[in-house]
Amino acid sequence: MSSEIVTDPGDERVFHPAEEPHHPEGHSTPLGFWIYLMSDCLIFAILFATFGVLGTRYAGGPDPKELFDLPLVALNTAMLLISSITYGFAMLQMHEGNQKGTIKWLGITAAFGAAFLCIELYEFSHMIHEGAGPGRSAFLSAFFTLVGTHGLHVTFGLVWLAVLVVQVRKHGLTLANQRRINCLSLFWHFLDVIWIGVFTFVYLMGMI
Amino acid sequence: MAVEANVTDSTFLFGRLAWSKLPITEPVVVYTFVAVVILGAAVVAALTYFKLWGYLWKEWFTSVDHKKIGIMYMILGLVMFLRGFADAIMMRLQQVMAFNGSEGYLNAHHYDQVFTAHGTIMIFFVAMPFVTGLMNFVVPLQIGARDVAFPFLNNFSFWMTVGGAVLTMVSLFIGEFAQTGWLAFPPLSGVVASPREGVDYYIWGLQIAGVGTTLSGINLIVTILKMRCPGMGLMRMPVFTWTSLCANILIVATFPVLTATLVLLSLDRYLGMNFFTNDLGGNPMLYINLIWIWGHPEVYILILPAFGIFSEVVATFCGKRLFGYNSMVYATVCITILSYLVWLHHFFTMGSGASVNSFFGIATMIISIPTGAKIFNWLFTMYKGKIRYELPMMWAVAFMLTFVIGGMTGVMLAVPPADFIVHNSLFLVAHFHNVIIGGVVYGVFAGINYWWPKAFGFKMNQFWGHVSFWCWVVGFWLAFMPLYVMGLMGVTRRLRVFDDPSLQIWFAIAALGAAVIAFGIFALIMQIFTSIRDREKLRDVTGDPWDARTLEWATSSPPPAYNFAFTPVVYDVDAWHDMKEHGYKRPLSGFKPIHMPKNTGTGVVLAAISVVLGFALVWHIWWLVVLSFPALIAAAIWHTFDYNRDFYIPEATVTETEDARTKALSNAV
Repeated sequence: MSSEIVTDPGDERVFHPAEEPHHPEGHSTPLGFWIYLMSDCLIFAILFATFGVLGTRYAGGPDPKELFDLPLVALNTAMLLISSITYGFAMLQMHEGNQKGTIKWLGITAAFGAAFLCIELYEFSHMIHEGAGPGRSAFLSAFFTLVGTHGLHVTFGLVWLAVLVVQVRKHGLTLANQRRINCLSLFWHFLDVIWIGVFTFVYLMGMI
Repeated sequence: MAVEANVTDSTFLFGRLAWSKLPITEPVVVYTFVAVVILGAAVVAALTYFKLWGYLWKEWFTSVDHKKIGIMYMILGLVMFLRGFADAIMMRLQQVMAFNGSEGYLNAHHYDQVFTAHGTIMIFFVAMPFVTGLMNFVVPLQIGARDVAFPFLNNFSFWMTVGGAVLTMVSLFIGEFAQTGWLAFPPLSGVVASPREGVDYYIWGLQIAGVGTTLSGINLIVTILKMRCPGMGLMRMPVFTWTSLCANILIVATFPVLTATLVLLSLDRYLGMNFFTNDLGGNPMLYINLIWIWGHPEVYILILPAFGIFSEVVATFCGKRLFGYNSMVYATVCITILSYLVWLHHFFTMGSGASVNSFFGIATMIISIPTGAKIFNWLFTMYKGKIRYELPMMWAVAFMLTFVIGGMTGVMLAVPPADFIVHNSLFLVAHFHNVIIGGVVYGVFAGINYWWPKAFGFKMNQFWGHVSFWCWVVGFWLAFMPLYVMGLMGVTRRLRVFDDPSLQIWFAIAALGAAVIAFGIFALIMQIFTSIRDREKLRDVTGDPWDARTLEWATSSPPPAYNFAFTPVVYDVDAWHDMKEHGYKRPLSGFKPIHMPKNTGTGVVLAAISVVLGFALVWHIWWLVVLSFPALIAAAIWHTFDYNRDFYIPEATVTETEDARTKALSNAV
């Protein structure tokens, strides 16, 4: 940034720079978006902590071993991780300036994301059918809220993806659109990292 | 009451909203409602008559100019201050009356809402808007920037704060507010003990405002880190900018915790989950831990910018560089970190054991070290300074005298065994009013008096300023010393009626203090009114009426939309003082077009939809939820299709503005 220009109190004073420092639109967006992601990360931190406190309070209801279907969750995890790789391919296409390729890979990413959501919804409805809804015990409240909040984020990511595809089609890979694709990329990978935490602490450790 | 029998009755069209939910049996509320309707109608009529709606919309509501947004925050804070203070007066009256068998004039249902609303409003909709408003107005000017990093987001944040305030105010007339105390602890705030809409108003009011606060925190952090002018390294930033940076880091580090905690509470209430219930494994103490993990840093979010204001004021009015700039910065950073590690001192009585309580007790006491260092820095700045006792400096001195007492009682409360005695007593109430009024409120008043000439181009009225100052200082001690005394005698907080007649005299003194403060607030309003009335007499054309030291005083008052025609270069702490010392001459020609963001009405629209959504959720009007939530998303998406968000102020306009200033300056000499 311009503030990196080093001046010393002993220097001869030049009160104004010869060239006005220019802040092009969006120059602060990556930093701002990172800070937003960290604030979102804190929300998940609180949900994890809540799960940590309440995760063993079954209140006489079902426990993780009765409820979780690990192969299904593994499949689900695979869907989300693959969608992160395909998003990476979209980014590569974007850097090459290939609009069609970008849109194609974004579409594939959306498909995997949607598959993840469908499997999650199936899991939820199955649990609720078995009488293990979010109101059954503190453990289930914490479970549904943590996993559901992640799922809501993925849903939001899908909506954002759809909007972005329309915008790229309309305006092409302009700087503004590249910046947006970059932000969504950060968001999408962030959700992956959160999911790895969910998979480990909720599902795997629940089965021990 | 008959109402209680059918609290959960619901119709499709209006949800749980029904005529029986309106507080028509509460005369106080009805009279207030009538007064508000008459006043509101008068304001609307006046605005329409003078054809001001278009001007307000174009120049203010949709503005992305950080200075205008800052001023709007201050107006919001002031309006809500009157509401919050009305609650305070009502409590003082009730408590002084309810002796010797009298029930006072407020029933329990109403009284409990009053103390809850007082706390909630004073923190979220008075202190926060005041502090955010000052940061918004001052920080970009102090770092030599043209605006904040995300100007639209800034406007949106402001309107979300307004949205939260509106929803909270609506609860006064439509239904009820929470009766739980300002942090809504479960199980009292759970659906079993509080089945009505009060807690829901609380939740959605805070959630809507919280979105604004978090985003404005992100915005100001990025602004400070990315938009500083050439030469302004971190260790050359004005202390107010430093404290703002730390306060905003705390906002981003804690408001998501509040958001998550209130989401969990609403899931308990709306979907029958069991986070904080007494049944099926829920744990109410979890809520109390979580909410204080937000709540303790929150008080530092408020006080740190106030410390920054005092630093600027003391340096300016002593005509000296601030003593111990580096130690001031490190003390600020230490407080920022420590504030996150002390939350448990709010409930030593939870029973977490001696070692846990010791850790949090000691961590709390350690905070007094960097805070003490700050007090000494201000005192050493005053030492051998040429002190000018203008109003901002008077507030700074009053702050130092008041705040150290409040800090001392805070250290007393930090000792766990002592806390077991005075926990939840009026001693605690006196302590936090001592630090919040003596610290934050005095800081805000110092800031208003100090930066008013920058914002409007004329100084504030001295006479009414002095009246307000003395009323506050005297009134504060009258109002809160009795609370310290009664707290030590074991009187608990939030009581509505009293059995022991010997206490009445203390409440009478406290009520007298509140009356003196009320006159202080009246004097503040008179000060604002007379300042505007006599603006030509009070005019300052120099842009630097206090002979100040930081960059905001380098430009005109009020500053032009673009703040600085040419970006300044910084060589030292106290950049503007340094420029004056080195014979700075304002450039008179060679202006260029300036790149600026465009105004937008999206912030108002999004916040308005959020209020509708919040209202629908409060009253379980599901069809409206189903309509307004997608509408909110759609409006946000619609905004992203606008790629054309900036423009250039043409060279001619810049030249014209700067020439006008040149002319004004030469006329003044």
